[in-house]
This record gives sequence, structure tokens and C-alpha cells, in this order.
Amino acid sequence: MYVRSIWSHLGRPTTRAIALVCVADGLVGISYGAVAVHSGIQPWVVLALALLVLAGASEILFVGIVAAGGSPLTAALAGLLVNARHLPFGLAIHEVVGTGWRRVLGTHLLNDESVVFALDQDTLERKRAAFWACGLGILLCWPAGAALGAFAGTVIEDTDAFGLDVMFPAVLLALIFPALRERRTRRAALVGALVAVAATPFLPSGIPVLLSLVGLLFGFGRKQPKPEVTA
Amino acid sequence: MNQSMLVLVGVLILAVGTYTFRLAGPLLRTRAEVSERVETLLADAAIVLLMAVLTTTALTQDQHFAGFARLSGVLVAGVLAWRKAPFVVIVLAAALTTALLRLGGVA
Repeated sequence: MYVRSIWSHLGRPTTRAIALVCVADGLVGISYGAVAVHSGIQPWVVLALALLVLAGASEILFVGIVAAGGSPLTAALAGLLVNARHLPFGLAIHEVVGTGWRRVLGTHLLNDESVVFALDQDTLERKRAAFWACGLGILLCWPAGAALGAFAGTVIEDTDAFGLDVMFPAVLLALIFPALRERRTRRAALVGALVAVAATPFLPSGIPVLLSLVGLLFGFGRKQPKPEVTA
Repeated sequence: MNQSMLVLVGVLILAVGTYTFRLAGPLLRTRAEVSERVETLLADAAIVLLMAVLTTTALTQDQHFAGFARLSGVLVAGVLAWRKAPFVVIVLAAALTTALLRLGGVA
């Protein structure tokens, strides 16, 4: 049974870590769903986005643009810019997504959290297990949270007061930290982060993050020729 | 087309487009063998992107500075990660730091 083999490959600390991330995602979902409906978005839109897109940042952007009176088509394009990074993610962790019919679902589960949990593991079995556990957990928690917020109007007064907004960057930092001990990766990541932050005030969401890839040129240094990768 | 239909179309475009992005990576990889160096480069690319996501999220909100409370929480997470603290400790300490700072009136 596939699900059982997922759990057998995850240790208790990783399982606990994934559970924490999924619960935090669900709480953010509740708050987002309530705020979205409050700003005039229909609850079914919130639920449809959560189930079909399953990428929080782009959904929040979509809802924000539509609520502000923007065109849904503009909102969709803006969301796609934010989600373009899923392509390079898939190139990096293609082995965990699965093959055959599993790939249909596995593809949908690809997101920041599932990718970073996969990258953090050392063997392919563990990468696969972490990816699926986190991906399925978020597939459950994010739409459930968003729907609860949207339909029940369950308003968590101010999630920022509990520091929920800091959990996502803290999760990413905790999980990429081991990879940053490698000098090459660290240089690339730091230059990339600098570029992304510098570009953020001036460019639409999503583009600054993609621009961070120029950092790779600094990581690999001069000795090696520029890699020919089409991403 | 009425507004609801238009919103539905927007949702579907975003959903299909996002799925396509997610599918493209693994599909491209099954078509081409890549060298170990490219493999390393692709793994680095994922880390670089995640680092950019976390840094922009730590520092900015809607293209403006997100405030010292959130930044401090992320810095605490960084120090604890460097000291190899357990994951749950890192994440909860970050949230607690930010929450306490806000309680104390720091934005």
C-alpha cells in the first residue's frame, strides 16, 4: 500500500514537522478565506482556487486583484507569474512526483512546502515520502481551512498577532539551511535573494523571485562554462 | 459574459496554467538525460528560488517593508537553524518572537 510506505519512511521528527506546517497552512487558510469573502469574493471562488490551484500566494494575489475591481484575466496572469517557479521546482525534484497515474496527483502536490521537505531529505525513498506526506497534508488542510473561513465566516481576528505570517518564511529557512552550508549554493542563494528583494518594489509579484536565478551564475563561478539549461 | 463567468474563467486559467508549470519540469526530465553537473545546478536553482521566496516574504508585504516584528522572527529562525535546533523549535520560536514583539507594539 502506497500510503503505508510513505509513513514507514518518515521518522517521527519529520512527521511532526510536516504536521506543524500543514496545521499552520490550515490556519492561514481560515484567515485568508474569511478576509476574501469579507472583501466581496464569493465563497465558491475561494474553494475552487484552493482545490484547483493549491498555491496560496497566487490565490491571495488573484483574490486581491479581483476584489479591488481588477479583471479576473489579469488576476489569472498575475497568479501565473507567481507560480512559474513550479517549473524549475519540477526539474529539480522530478523523481518524487511519481509515474503513471500517480503523477496526475503528484504533479498537483508540487508546492514550496512539499518541495523544500523533499530537498531536505537524504535518500530518494525519504524524499518521496516527505513530498507526498506534505503534499497530501496541504491538499487537505489548505482547502479545508479556506472553506472554513469562506463559508463559516470563521474569522480569526488578526492572525498576524500570533506571528502566523512568520511561520512560512521560518519553515523555508529551517529546511534550506543544511543546503546553504555548501559554499556554492550559499553564494548563489544570497546573490539571488539580494536581487529578488531589490527588485520587489519595482516589479510585479513573481518576477523578482524568478530573477533570483541569476544568483546561479555566482554560485558556479568562472571556471565552469555557463550551463545550457532551458528553464 | 457576466462577472461570475469571467471569474470562473480566471480561476480555470490559473488552475490549468499552474498545473502545466508543475507538469513541465518532470516531463522535460523524462525526455532528456542530464549530466551530474546540470543535476547539481537544478538542485541549486530550487534552493535559490526558495531562498528568494523566503527573503521577499520575510522583508516585504505588498511591495513594502513588512516590519521589524516579522523580520526579527525570521532572524531568530535563522540563528536557531544555524545552531541546529529542531525544526518545531525553530518555527514556533519565530512565531513567538514576532507575536511578542507585536504585543509590545512593534509593527
